[in-house]
Amino acid sequence: MLKLEAVHTFYGPVEALKGVSLEVNAGEIVTLIGANGAGKSTLLKTVCGLPQATHGTITFAGEDITRKPTHLIMQSGLALAPEGRRIFPGLTVLENLHIGGFFADKSRLEADLERVYTLFPILKERRHQRGGTLSGGEQQMLAIARALMSRPTLLLLDEPSLGLAPLVIAQIFRILEAIRQEGVTIFLVEQNAHRALQLADRGYVLENGWIVLADTGANLLVNAAVRKAYLGG
Amino acid sequence: MSTTFLGFIQQVINGLTLGSIYALIAIGYTMVYGIIGMINFAHGEIYMIGSYVGVLVLTALTLLGLQSVPLMLLLTLVVSILVTSAYGWTVERLAYRPLRGSPRLAPLISAIGMSIFLQNYVMLGQGARDISMQPLIAGGWRFGAEGGFQVYLSYMQVLIAVVTVIFMALLTLYISRSRMGRACRACAEDREMANLLGIDTDRVISLTFVLGAALAAVAGVLVGLYYGKINPFIGFVAGIKAFTAAVLGGIGSIPGAMLGGIVLGLTESFASAYLSTQYKDVVAFGLLVLVLLFRPTGLLGKPDVEKV
Repeated sequence: MLKLEAVHTFYGPVEALKGVSLEVNAGEIVTLIGANGAGKSTLLKTVCGLPQATHGTITFAGEDITRKPTHLIMQSGLALAPEGRRIFPGLTVLENLHIGGFFADKSRLEADLERVYTLFPILKERRHQRGGTLSGGEQQMLAIARALMSRPTLLLLDEPSLGLAPLVIAQIFRILEAIRQEGVTIFLVEQNAHRALQLADRGYVLENGWIVLADTGANLLVNAAVRKAYLGG
Repeated sequence: MSTTFLGFIQQVINGLTLGSIYALIAIGYTMVYGIIGMINFAHGEIYMIGSYVGVLVLTALTLLGLQSVPLMLLLTLVVSILVTSAYGWTVERLAYRPLRGSPRLAPLISAIGMSIFLQNYVMLGQGARDISMQPLIAGGWRFGAEGGFQVYLSYMQVLIAVVTVIFMALLTLYISRSRMGRACRACAEDREMANLLGIDTDRVISLTFVLGAALAAVAGVLVGLYYGKINPFIGFVAGIKAFTAAVLGGIGSIPGAMLGGIVLGLTESFASAYLSTQYKDVVAFGLLVLVLLFRPTGLLGKPDVEKV
């Protein structure tokens, strides 16, 4: 479904990705783990075309999207819940969701709102509140819900557990599982390697802009190197 | 009623008239700043062009023998808004879009270039001197005792206030309720994120230039009607004043621009009445300095939150 082949990305003079190849198949949950600064977020943003890859190709649903403008990529079935959530704080919860479903007609919009309210009932309660007044966990839920409003076939998640209490993290990971049940493919970038690998079918380990390991989630969980570097021994 | 009180009322009327014009222009500055974080230095010239288009259309309509004043006014506003919006769109297309992602100084310079170009372009086409026109709406009301000081409220001043209120209400509705208005607000908060949700942010940026130009056109038409003469240089001073109004109200905030315009108009009007006409700019810009000293974000501006 999503395929990266030898992708290089530069941030100014810094080469953040040094030839990354990976693949996400339809129906899977795939995770990408790695330390701070390994290039995880850069990889997700490169898929979205912000910044564009300098070399290599990215294909999504059979189409080369390497040089496609960001807004067109994001209209083609990909959605991102970014690092730091980045909800629109001055817009209400409902307005945030409307922006997520920007291209839906009225009847589809209503149906999609119902769908995300079922997944995140708290958002329905808070729909007329400004996004900035939500708690961290609620903001993360809003970011995921907003991404789902475009009816993506592939959902990109960047550190959904960042800065949240363990109970809230558990709740969010349960919802991710439910989203997968609905047929959405998930590509999850996480520092919380333990949780991510438990949830994921397959995982990749990114270090200094390289993929150093690729295996099933279960195998990576017991991998000695992974345990030492990311799971606290 | 005492002369002092009547004089005060007169200054309020004059100040609100002037303030309405400033506010209409200031919205263009504030909207563009809100989205791309840059000042559109060609905006004063856009207003000047709006005024020229208005005067030309009005003259043409008069020559055609049109009699109905409301119809003439409406046609003039519509044509001026359409033509001026096209100029606003073009300024963004030529001076800003090709430089997206370059250092901030580059679009600043190209916008100033655009401003100089537009001023000279109108000078070449229409001459550098004042062009004047017949007043379309003359007369007004007088209040106060015969022989003493009388407050004069012209029909034109009422028209300016009414038209300004209508357009601001329309803009406010559009920004708060419509789909594209929502996209504008989202872009103002986090343009990259809006882009990551599939919104064509270039289109939203164009839209803000067009909306700003449309309101500047309204201001231009009203000023042409009010003073009866215009020249290619009116954009410079009005631009600086409206920019001041936008900063005063809190740049980036639309209600702020409206408030800033009114406050600046009233300040100028009072300064010219109670101090001296020559001091009105000193007082106006002095007020700006004071507000920036004690409230750097302007009257209604939000503090700029560091983005992590």
